[in-house]
Amino acid sequence: MAALLSLSATGPRAVAAADLPAPTVVVGAKNFTEGTILAELMAQVLETAAAAHVERRFNLAGTQVAFDALRAGSIDVYAEYTGTGLRDILGDTVPVRDAAEAFGRVSREFAQRYDLLWLAPFGFNNTYVLMMRRDAAQASGIATISELASHPLRYGMSHEFLERQDGMGALRAVYHLSVGSLVGMEHDLAYRALAERAIDVSDGYSTDAKIVTQNLTVLRDDRHFFPPYEGAPLVRRDLLARVPGAAEALALLAGRIDDDVMRRLNYAVEGENRQPAEVASTFLAQLGMTQHGIGAPARARSLPALLWQRRGITLDLTGWHLVMTGTAEALACLVAIPLGIAASRRPRLAGVAMGAAGVMQTIPSMALLAFMLPLFGIGAKTAIAALFLYGVLPILRNTVTGIRGVDAGLAEVGLGLGMTPGQLLRQVELPLAAPVILAGVRTSTVINIGTATLAAFIGAGGLGDPIVTGLTVTDVNLVLSGALPAALLALAADGLLALVERWATPRGIRKRRITDGREQSTDGD
Amino acid sequence: MIELRDVRKVYPGGHVALRGLSLRIEAATTMALLGPSGCGKTTTLKLINRLAVPTSGCIFVEGRDVSQADVIRLRRGIGYVVQEAGLFPHLTAQDNVEIVPRLLGWPPARRALRAEELFALVGLDRVLHGARFPAELSGGQRQRVGLARALAADPPILLMDEPFGALDPLTRRRLQREFVQLKARLRKTVVLVTHDVEEAFLLADRVAVLSAGDLVQIGTPEEIRRAPASDFVASFLGMTG
Repeated sequence: MAALLSLSATGPRAVAAADLPAPTVVVGAKNFTEGTILAELMAQVLETAAAAHVERRFNLAGTQVAFDALRAGSIDVYAEYTGTGLRDILGDTVPVRDAAEAFGRVSREFAQRYDLLWLAPFGFNNTYVLMMRRDAAQASGIATISELASHPLRYGMSHEFLERQDGMGALRAVYHLSVGSLVGMEHDLAYRALAERAIDVSDGYSTDAKIVTQNLTVLRDDRHFFPPYEGAPLVRRDLLARVPGAAEALALLAGRIDDDVMRRLNYAVEGENRQPAEVASTFLAQLGMTQHGIGAPARARSLPALLWQRRGITLDLTGWHLVMTGTAEALACLVAIPLGIAASRRPRLAGVAMGAAGVMQTIPSMALLAFMLPLFGIGAKTAIAALFLYGVLPILRNTVTGIRGVDAGLAEVGLGLGMTPGQLLRQVELPLAAPVILAGVRTSTVINIGTATLAAFIGAGGLGDPIVTGLTVTDVNLVLSGALPAALLALAADGLLALVERWATPRGIRKRRITDGREQSTDGD
Repeated sequence: MIELRDVRKVYPGGHVALRGLSLRIEAATTMALLGPSGCGKTTTLKLINRLAVPTSGCIFVEGRDVSQADVIRLRRGIGYVVQEAGLFPHLTAQDNVEIVPRLLGWPPARRALRAEELFALVGLDRVLHGARFPAELSGGQRQRVGLARALAADPPILLMDEPFGALDPLTRRRLQREFVQLKARLRKTVVLVTHDVEEAFLLADRVAVLSAGDLVQIGTPEEIRRAPASDFVASFLGMTG
């Protein structure tokens, strides 16, 4: 168990890298295109200019996860925005209007409070904007956010914007917006919803490629509500000491990426379906910083070709997926079966245990992962802990049901013959309940193989990696290269456990009754 | 010998199963507890092997107060047969028969030898029937296995709760006749719960008639048949006999 968790803390990539002499830098990224591209750029300059071995922990689920991971040392660097640092991390309520002032403040505070360093900004200011379809804005004569106020329109805002302190709530207050309806949606969905006229207004980023490609209008922030959001590498101080060339390497990117460049890079991934790694290496090549080992741009690969190309990776990811799910299931069995046995004898305990496990089941997977993060950090431990909690209920429920389902008369006969409660349990109740208990294990496992794909959001890897990356860069085939093996794995586990279930079913209750109590016909005399 | 002294049993919820029952069952005799369902006869049986605990009163088995006895040892010394035999469906007939010897820690050779004897005793063939699961046996065969299981450790006392109740009439009659011969050979103290008057009179040395938790008459079959103690007994005999 301990060995497993220590292995799981680093994951398969680190194992593969163990024999390289280069210092290892772990680059993190929040799970959206720009975060991923910036992370790739930083990773590649670290690889080429600092000769570091880079481990990529992309797709981290939001600011809190990425920041916690950085503080905990699970990652060494990720791209952060000054505005996010001020409002979300430092908790500033007084807005800073000036970009240099904002950068100065986060630099001082982060160094003092967290021992984290802001390196020189990349050069763009990706602040929030509100956007509408160009035709709709023109028809209503809306060009500024102030002009929105009197129109009760339909707002579809990203979850992060709804939750941020400097997000929707503050915006409504400052501009006195009369909101017709308000829903939270994934950022990428919001664009589709805008195009399909399901919503009128959404939030976006100023470097968003889709503002151009989808014919949207950015509403002017006439009251200067949105603070500057300059992107910059946020690093652990110890990285700069540990990897000598790291600061210089990252400085190569400083001031090289303005709003327009950033928008083009985003478009290359989102609009042209190119891989972030390839987009980054192409850009670095243009800057004269070439990158080895990336190869020709791999575009529009057919699904079979992609599956074949990724077969080795897929096998690794599948193995890792199984290790996470298997560990969680084993722990769930160790807890749920004894608990279920105890609960089958004590109705009150059964109520409490099933209630608690049931509540666990109702917590959305992402939320449960988020609760676990402060306890176990990013990576496999959190994923296994969450999967364990999800896995408990079906096993617990079936253990209680299975044991309670054993004919009360049979249990009484066992006691009447002089069995101790322990002997009754082992010799009668558990064998008879085994098929039901194993059915619970089977349900639990199949569900968890699916749920484990979400582990990619917290950097735990597994078959969710290509799914999450594919969703970020809108590459359906990449999504399928993770989703198909995950589905096959679930089917295989289901089939295998069905066999185990059949094998564990006592022979006497497996067969159908073949005689029917007719003494004359079978008794012989 | 089994003795109940002024035993009351009130179930949680207030149902009074027995209202001060006193009863003496002599060693090596068969006592039938006879009465309609709900009269308290099964409760009486379960008090003897402590599957139920009296609300008040005492129960003595072989002169010892069962409430003071080691319950596991007490039960292993008392054979127990129930309706439909109560065989464990996941065990073969032979494994069912060997349960108590196994609990007692007998070595396999001794268990196998005893199983051989027991199958013969109840009119079954160990080779033919021993490897079958309960679902593969007829009702009569299951009841025979149930009896063999109860007799496995040669307990001096045998408790039987409607042992032939689930069988068709022909099979029931045959098993009842065989049991009469068997008990004459084995000389056990037998307590038999039944609602079947004929069965009680055929198998028992003495019959205790119960009604709604009270003992209404006790005596030999002849005594009861000749002089029913009350209209209830008379009508119960007439109704089913």
